[in-house]
Amino acid sequence: MDPVISVRGLVKTFGSTRALDGLDLEVAPGEVHGFLGPNGSGKTTTIRVLLGLLRADAGEVRLLGGHPWHDAVELHRRLAYVPGDVSLWPKLTGGEIIDLFARIRGDVDERRRDELIQRFELDPTKRARTYSKGNRQKVALVAGLASSAELLVLDEPTSGLDPLMEAIFQDCIRELRDEGRTVLLSSHILAEVEALCERVSIIRAGRTVESGSLDSLRELTRTSVTATTERPVEGLGALPGVHDLEVRAQLDGDTEVRFQVDTAQLGPAIEVLSRAGIRTLLSQPPTLEELFLRHYGDQLEPDELVDDAG
Amino acid sequence: MTSLVGTGALVRLVVRRDRVRLLAWVAAIVALVAVTAASTKGLYPTQRDLDLAAAAVRDNPAALAFNGPDQALDTIGGQIAYQVGAFGLVVVGLMSLLLVGRLTRTEEDSGRLELVRSMPVGRDAPLAAALVVVGGAQLLTAAGASASLVALDQEVHGSVVFGLGFLGVGWVWMGLTALTAQVAENPRVATGVAGGALGVAYVVRAAGDMSGGGLSWLSPIGWAQKARPFAGETWWPLVLLLAVAAALVAAAVVVAERRDFGAGLVPPRPGPARAAPGLRSPLALAVRLHRTAIAWWALATALLGLVYGSLAESIEDFIGDNEAIADILASLEGVSLVDSYLSTSLLITALLAVGPALQVAGRMRAEEADLRVEPLLATQLSRPRWMGAHVALALGGAALALALGGLGLGVGHAAVGGGTGQVAELTVGALVYLPAVLLLAGLPVLLFGVAPRGTVGGWLGLAVAFVIAMFGELLELPQLVMDVSPMQHVPPVPASGVRVPPLAVLAALAATTIAAGFVAFRRRDLRPG
Repeated sequence: MDPVISVRGLVKTFGSTRALDGLDLEVAPGEVHGFLGPNGSGKTTTIRVLLGLLRADAGEVRLLGGHPWHDAVELHRRLAYVPGDVSLWPKLTGGEIIDLFARIRGDVDERRRDELIQRFELDPTKRARTYSKGNRQKVALVAGLASSAELLVLDEPTSGLDPLMEAIFQDCIRELRDEGRTVLLSSHILAEVEALCERVSIIRAGRTVESGSLDSLRELTRTSVTATTERPVEGLGALPGVHDLEVRAQLDGDTEVRFQVDTAQLGPAIEVLSRAGIRTLLSQPPTLEELFLRHYGDQLEPDELVDDAG
Repeated sequence: MTSLVGTGALVRLVVRRDRVRLLAWVAAIVALVAVTAASTKGLYPTQRDLDLAAAAVRDNPAALAFNGPDQALDTIGGQIAYQVGAFGLVVVGLMSLLLVGRLTRTEEDSGRLELVRSMPVGRDAPLAAALVVVGGAQLLTAAGASASLVALDQEVHGSVVFGLGFLGVGWVWMGLTALTAQVAENPRVATGVAGGALGVAYVVRAAGDMSGGGLSWLSPIGWAQKARPFAGETWWPLVLLLAVAAALVAAAVVVAERRDFGAGLVPPRPGPARAAPGLRSPLALAVRLHRTAIAWWALATALLGLVYGSLAESIEDFIGDNEAIADILASLEGVSLVDSYLSTSLLITALLAVGPALQVAGRMRAEEADLRVEPLLATQLSRPRWMGAHVALALGGAALALALGGLGLGVGHAAVGGGTGQVAELTVGALVYLPAVLLLAGLPVLLFGVAPRGTVGGWLGLAVAFVIAMFGELLELPQLVMDVSPMQHVPPVPASGVRVPPLAVLAALAATTIAAGFVAFRRRDLRPG
């Protein structure tokens, strides 16, 4: 099937600032795709280009088989957008704003609207100017989730929501996924992305630095292992891909080892351990946070360079 | 007095942040007084001119209602006080209420004050700082007004009383807005209530001045005029103003001490949980957003027309053989004074009618700057349809204000004996200005498309047209400069007949300008503020 979103080499400059610098992004139909990046890395700019609000300077962008700038109106019939920075008309109530969006979309589903208002515990009779940040966000969420659009573009949609509402949001997204709809989820909340997304794209300074399924990304980083063995472990330090090895003899004669290992090298490392007689074994796959920090933290890079050289 | 800790720092912050705005208010009001005083001296060079002017006003209730009571109108000082009049006092009140509202409830509503209050700053310090700054600015305004009168050879005593009248009214509305800002939770309501009180004060004294004065004692604006600058000054009405101002400030402090941060005394009422059936299109949304502003502009234009119209028949007495004024009005040969007065009135009405279009265009830009347009354009709503809704309201609002202005002029003139035919004739006459008004209204539309952050530049276009219309001939501007203003190309009905070619050219230019704005907006990026 053709991808729902296909971006190749996208460039967007504002004056002398190069906000997007050859960004790639591909989202397949029916998937919930996580879109990650630090503040100012170009997530919102990318979304604005996808929505036809900004014009791409270079690169190829296809959205639902169309051109986001030229076919904006046609494409927008098929998508719903939830911004992260929600600004509402102060004199209108939340209920009025939700209805207005549904009617302009031509996509009114009263039952679903009421259900969502109830699930998110939103008071639709309050004027927008009296809503808190979280409640403004709920108005935008209800307006977006109430639509029957095949693609949802969500730009940090849960900023300001409490954990209870966060859980309800995740339920809603799973329901959408089960209906076969596609979601592009830009988020800072890594637990949320880990819970919802099969595939993620990580961008930095306007470029995609990593893209793929969470499983394949995990293989690119290290697993941390803690084990106790009957006998001293031999030859672990000599294995390729093992880092930060700590060995401690325990009072009862057992040996405790802790180390990090490149996930691709996990098998050989376990073999070495089992030769020493494993009593306990704790193996932790890398969290998304570690994946994320690997591409963010400049301070990690020298370490990586040494590893590459070795 | 720990509740005032930090006031000094906040005063410096406010002055730093709003120095241009503060200076602009002070300078504008001082200039209003100085220019009026200078031009009054120029217009009535002899005692006979003054006597004629005084006689004309005395018998004209509309003139008294508009400006103020009949006090020593046959002296230059009295004329100056009358010409600046209640209008000047209303502007002073506006200055106070807009500035105080901005510095108190708007700050609180925006959340900025929360940050400030989290620091070692006393509970009353923000309010105190606002009062120090606005009170100081009013003091500067009053001193500037008095000084400019003295500089124009007016008596010191009268000049000081005149300035103190400004100060008193300024402080009363400062205190009143400080109070409404504590009571109302919404900044618009806070300034709206104070503005409503200003309107009532103006109308009450208008009724009083027309009917002999008693009623004017119910209005603080009336008190400033009852201090009789240049007409046998009385000081005690000024004391009354200061006492009321002090009482209002005290009341504001009492309420401020008792209420919660962010709350008012009046809790907000819930609104509808569902949108009315009509709220279903970008046009319906635009109507909802702009209707109040357009209604106010339309009302103001209609009232202005009504007042101008009601003065039309007395214009000959008013001017008498004053050649200076006759020259300004009758720039056309063989035209009656009344007709050229009505032409000038229509021109001013037309200039005012551009206002709603500029305000709507400014709000259209704010919709983009404040990120409210993005979710709308992320639906199937096209850019031209979204922009079209706002532009329709801008142009429609201008046309409505223009038509009502003409209607008001006609009704006003008919009421004082101009004949019922005037109603239709002047309404249609106003519409002759429509192409020129739409061209000036089209300027911010074009700017919005081409350079959205410059949308506010539309006001500059109106200001240029205004200066050319009002002062072009006095300043003897070259024809080339005069021709810049579209208003100058409109045949001045009813003094002259309607000529179609210039109107057709103006209409074509307006259409092109507006269309270019649409095309440019379609091609550009959205630019948040």
